[in-house]
Amino acid sequence: MKHLLSAAILLALFIALPFIADAVGQSSLMILGARMLAYAIAAASLNLILGYGGMVSFGHAAFFGVGAYVVGILAYHAGGDPLLGFIPGTNQMLITLPVAMIVSGLVALVIGALSLRTGGVQFIMITLAFAQMLFFFFVSLTAYGGDDGLIISRTNALFGLNMRNRMTLYFVTLVIAVLFFLVLWRIVHSSFGGILAGLRQNERRMSAMGIPAYRYKLVAFVLSGMGVGLAGALEANLLRFASPDMMHWIKSGDLIIMIILGGVGTFFGPIIGAAAFMLLEFYLAGWTEHWPLILGAILLVVVLGTKGGIGGLISRLTGGRT
Amino acid sequence: MILVIEQLLNGLQYGVMLFLMAAGLTLIFGIMGVINLAHGALYMVGAFVGTWVATETGSFWLGLPAALVAAMVTGVVVEALVVRRLYARDHLDQVLATFALILIFNQLVVLIFGRQPVFTPMPELFSGSLEILPGLFYPMYRLLIIATGLVVAIGLYLLINRTRVGMLVRAGATNRDMVRALGVDIRLLYTLVFGLGALLAGLAGYMTGPILSVQVGMGEQILLATFVVVVIGGLGSVKGALVAGLGLGIVDTMLRAFLPTLLLHFMEPSDAQAVGVGVSAMGIYLLMAIVLLFRPKGLFPAEG
Repeated sequence: MKHLLSAAILLALFIALPFIADAVGQSSLMILGARMLAYAIAAASLNLILGYGGMVSFGHAAFFGVGAYVVGILAYHAGGDPLLGFIPGTNQMLITLPVAMIVSGLVALVIGALSLRTGGVQFIMITLAFAQMLFFFFVSLTAYGGDDGLIISRTNALFGLNMRNRMTLYFVTLVIAVLFFLVLWRIVHSSFGGILAGLRQNERRMSAMGIPAYRYKLVAFVLSGMGVGLAGALEANLLRFASPDMMHWIKSGDLIIMIILGGVGTFFGPIIGAAAFMLLEFYLAGWTEHWPLILGAILLVVVLGTKGGIGGLISRLTGGRT
Repeated sequence: MILVIEQLLNGLQYGVMLFLMAAGLTLIFGIMGVINLAHGALYMVGAFVGTWVATETGSFWLGLPAALVAAMVTGVVVEALVVRRLYARDHLDQVLATFALILIFNQLVVLIFGRQPVFTPMPELFSGSLEILPGLFYPMYRLLIIATGLVVAIGLYLLINRTRVGMLVRAGATNRDMVRALGVDIRLLYTLVFGLGALLAGLAGYMTGPILSVQVGMGEQILLATFVVVVIGGLGSVKGALVAGLGLGIVDTMLRAFLPTLLLHFMEPSDAQAVGVGVSAMGIYLLMAIVLLFRPKGLFPAEG
């Protein structure tokens, strides 16, 4: 019941956002809001393995970038030469988003299958290493802009909607985000989600119960990669741009920061965290160029001083258990 | 052939730098179990403060102690204020807290020294070149770096294997709880090790000054490579840091030096340059992935 209330409040806020933006005459806030949703999807996907599964991946920005590049590269070939000679490019969102998820899922399958053989610090570092490899791969991919990134001339088309309209684009993103979180809710509260949490708490005991730990973790890793890929594809649509910077290791750090700001291993935490992070970045960056100093200080206080991030703070203030 | 030897020496010099960084980082991990992303920040602090003193006084040799002291003091302060609270935390909190330190230190350096890259004056005595082989002139300063690194390696070996503090360090890396249970003042040991690691990072940062530019973000560039060295060498193993540091330094330098030229035989010049640079930058990460697949704990794991 409490979750339903939280969901309703969040949804109401996100539905109200574009109208408020319109009322105050700052329609750029709509793009900011849509990007918040994209980052909320990314952070929540990472939270699936990091918060629920206990796997600290420091390379999830890689999937974000892969998702963005799928959109970019498909759009680049739309109406022109087919990709690799036989894959036609496309500008249809109904195709690009699923393809982005499939491709990032496949990449996650390879990275996960190799990385999950290690654990602890080595896992953190090997995921970082794979992300760096992909980063440098796209930097050297001169056919698609290399270091400078790839400009996408038009936002993907969907059902003949006018995607140039910011309000339309925002609500398309919102609908996708709501669908995503419904699916995520099912996953987290399924027996699969329960096993994942069990693996975090005591992998040995789960193995002794006959649970194939490696396989479960790998499936979670792939699902998580697909979610982040979807977020990257949305971001590419919102910015009409894909670049190697999207998979920079600082970006992986940002995703983890969003989770920690909102509260690790909670369902709505990453949404709150992503929104808080984007707002902080937007307003602090407008106020002073030294905003990372303030972000760093806030982060330090949150990590050292609080338990459960903003979400934990809210539930403590409203009298919930901590 | 001369070109190859020259690049080998360059690789050795880079490897020595990586070792200076990795030795501290691996000890900090081995003894305290802390992943310190802020190690690159200490490297940057050493470089900036040392260069500032060297420019003000006009002497490279006065900058050196300043760099070492600045890095060590910063390290001890960071340990006392932040890292000390992280010993009992999980890796996630450690990564985030030290990531926050990177953000803070980078901005503080921008506030104090500005964004413009600065250059450390080269010491007079070592500014020339030395003919080490017939026809092969090599900068004396780079030879000085290599020599410094080797001296530090020997010094660390003696410190760790021949002194009482070293014994505690080794014991701490093998079994932290047992050392604590035996009544050793573990907090002092922690501060000492962290200070030593910071000092080595400051040394590396300052020594790099005359070769590369000193600028904000220089810490992150070497930090990732250092982590690769630490993980490949085995967390907590100084020997591993030395072997992996020198090995990676050479591999990385050789790839960067020769891969673009090699690729010219297969593709357009403009592509070859970009692909060569990209792939050679991937090299060390690829190496780490391969090593971890076969030796998940690195080459010389310190703990059982």
